[in-house]
Amino acid sequence: MNPQQQDIPSVGADLEQETTGVPQPDGREEETLTGGLRRLWPNFRQATFRSGRARTGRGRALKVFANLFLHIHSTRTHLYSLRFWTTAGLGIAAAASFVVAAVTGVLLMIYYTPSTALAYQSIKDIHYTVPTGRFIRNLHRWSAHIMVIAALLHAVRVFFTGAYRRPREFNWLIGLALLAVTLGLSFTGYLLPWDQLAYWAATIGSNIAGSPRELTDALGVTQHFDPGGFLRHLLLGADYVGQPALTRFYLLHVMVLPLALVGLMGIHFWRIRKDGGLARPSDAQLRAEGLLPHPGRANPTATVFEPGPKKTYGLMALVRGRTPPVGKGPENTAPSWPRALRAEMAVAMTVLAICMLLSLLADAPLKEIANPQIPENPAKAPWYFLGVQELVSYSAFMGGLLLPGLVVLGLALIPFLDRKTEPAGRWFVPRPHGRRVFVRSLIVGTLLVVGIEALAIRLGWIRGWGRGTAMEPWLANPPQLLIIFVNPATVLAALYAAWSLWIYRRTRSTRLAAIALFTCILAGFVVLTWIGTVNRGPNWHFYWSPGDWPAH
Amino acid sequence: MSEQKQGDAAETGRACPIDPDRRDFLSRTAFWVTTGTLTFAAIGVARMPKPGVMPGRSADLKLGPPGNFPVSPDPVRIGARNLFILHDENGFAAISAVCTHLGCIVAATGDGFACPCHGSRFGPDGRVTQGPAGSPLPWFRMSLAPDGQIVVHTDKMVPTGTRFQLG
Repeated sequence: MNPQQQDIPSVGADLEQETTGVPQPDGREEETLTGGLRRLWPNFRQATFRSGRARTGRGRALKVFANLFLHIHSTRTHLYSLRFWTTAGLGIAAAASFVVAAVTGVLLMIYYTPSTALAYQSIKDIHYTVPTGRFIRNLHRWSAHIMVIAALLHAVRVFFTGAYRRPREFNWLIGLALLAVTLGLSFTGYLLPWDQLAYWAATIGSNIAGSPRELTDALGVTQHFDPGGFLRHLLLGADYVGQPALTRFYLLHVMVLPLALVGLMGIHFWRIRKDGGLARPSDAQLRAEGLLPHPGRANPTATVFEPGPKKTYGLMALVRGRTPPVGKGPENTAPSWPRALRAEMAVAMTVLAICMLLSLLADAPLKEIANPQIPENPAKAPWYFLGVQELVSYSAFMGGLLLPGLVVLGLALIPFLDRKTEPAGRWFVPRPHGRRVFVRSLIVGTLLVVGIEALAIRLGWIRGWGRGTAMEPWLANPPQLLIIFVNPATVLAALYAAWSLWIYRRTRSTRLAAIALFTCILAGFVVLTWIGTVNRGPNWHFYWSPGDWPAH
Repeated sequence: MSEQKQGDAAETGRACPIDPDRRDFLSRTAFWVTTGTLTFAAIGVARMPKPGVMPGRSADLKLGPPGNFPVSPDPVRIGARNLFILHDENGFAAISAVCTHLGCIVAATGDGFACPCHGSRFGPDGRVTQGPAGSPLPWFRMSLAPDGQIVVHTDKMVPTGTRFQLG
């Protein structure tokens, strides 16, 4: 062997070497056809994976950064980031369920035909005659539901641990975009079976997109300025839900939105590393609270690293930012290979197991073929939109478009109003005030939404309030603008905002005010979704349980 | 190149091969030409998804001779299109059956119309009696075609209460 080559450590130096040939006394390998054939598999493995089993810390690091798919990880992961309740694995669960949905989605595309004449029949084929078709379709449906739940809970986790704080505010925005694309994927997928459920959910959804007309009609300017009509036409490609709408929804569902999702996911994961990994308190604080394993087998890197005294230069001048941990040892970290990857695979396998179990237990629904003349009664959107649908049943524009828009805007603004960086990475920071505000806001938020819903369900809204009084003629026919701006949705939003501002006045902390508002919105979302899912029956009447619905 | 700059170059003894001002101007021009081109391209691409002509069936619907609709206080539901034909002593009227809230199909209840989706109620003339619908059910223009059939023009709205004397 060339003596110069011996000095250069190869990428596989710390990895178990495969024997790649017949060693000769002079260090060369004899090239023979039979030898090459005999070692075909080890040589192929060496060429592909470039390494055997990693035995040293350096070898484990090489495993991660010499691999395109693994190198989104840093080579070492902090022990606090590996604790279950730091993340509850929710981001990985959302990504894993997307993978399940993508694979099953491609399989469904083999048989699905996006035409109004054939779509329903092709879904029926998939359900009844295609081998494993029903199971694959169920997997697609359940993984989509789990993706929505995981993404929502992931946002809740990031908010309550304060992990959106500087320098992670941009990734919080990417996360919101990912949530929006996830919901868009679910909604566009809802239309594709072209059954009654699909048709009427798409009709209602596209009319919500067109609901700015409610306001422009009330103002009398629709002829000149019609954003609602524009949005609706863009979505449907026509004035009705038909073939152009199916084509557009299909295109969005299988091409545009998945590509957007994958791109945004790439940025999201990359930013986690660029922002210094998962948010966490300082090691000193973690040690004081006993959240790090004691030095020993469980934490071999607990001792604090002393920079070598001979090195007088630093990389700090060359590389700014928080990426390279210059002058810092690997305290309290574990090699990402295998620790972080093992944790991630455990979450992914759990998601897959849950999807498969649910798919075996419950079939994805398929109603009668779409009939534009008879609406499904009740016509319900997917469950995560039923909270919005409950608000829509008072004012389409306010409940369906403006208020959800304001909520998204408010969420996007949080990291730009809450400019502190510390503390972050622990639940309900700053402790103990965060938890107290959370519990109180949960109670206040729930009471407010239940109270307003009870009032609106019991007495109706404005129309009907003045029965038997002098106000009756006016209240029975109120101006539409009054209903648009004063309805349960706007009143609830105003009360939540007032509660949040009151918390701010008392504590002078934008973080605590944000916790108050976020918790209230969360309570409102859960209660309204519950009412829309369970308590609303035919004609959108209130029932205590679906068992009380009248028989048709 | 300004005289001052020439002087500076002469004093330091170094000739500046390209005038910084000119280089700056060229790179700015290149930047804005690129931005402008890409913006125009994006506008052109974004123009396409919005249909120029709305696809769909003819807005005019023929319903046979007026004799098909005897005088009755109850509106007749037309299955092919989502509308009601009302023929009473005052004449003919065509009322939309599409709820103005979110597009579900209303049903006649005897004393008006009810929407199954979000509980909107309309009076016999299509006026809102209970929300969330924000506007009344539209009434459409009707006419008699030369072949003696009733025609409903579902793209032409008329004020609520307008009656047509056909046949």
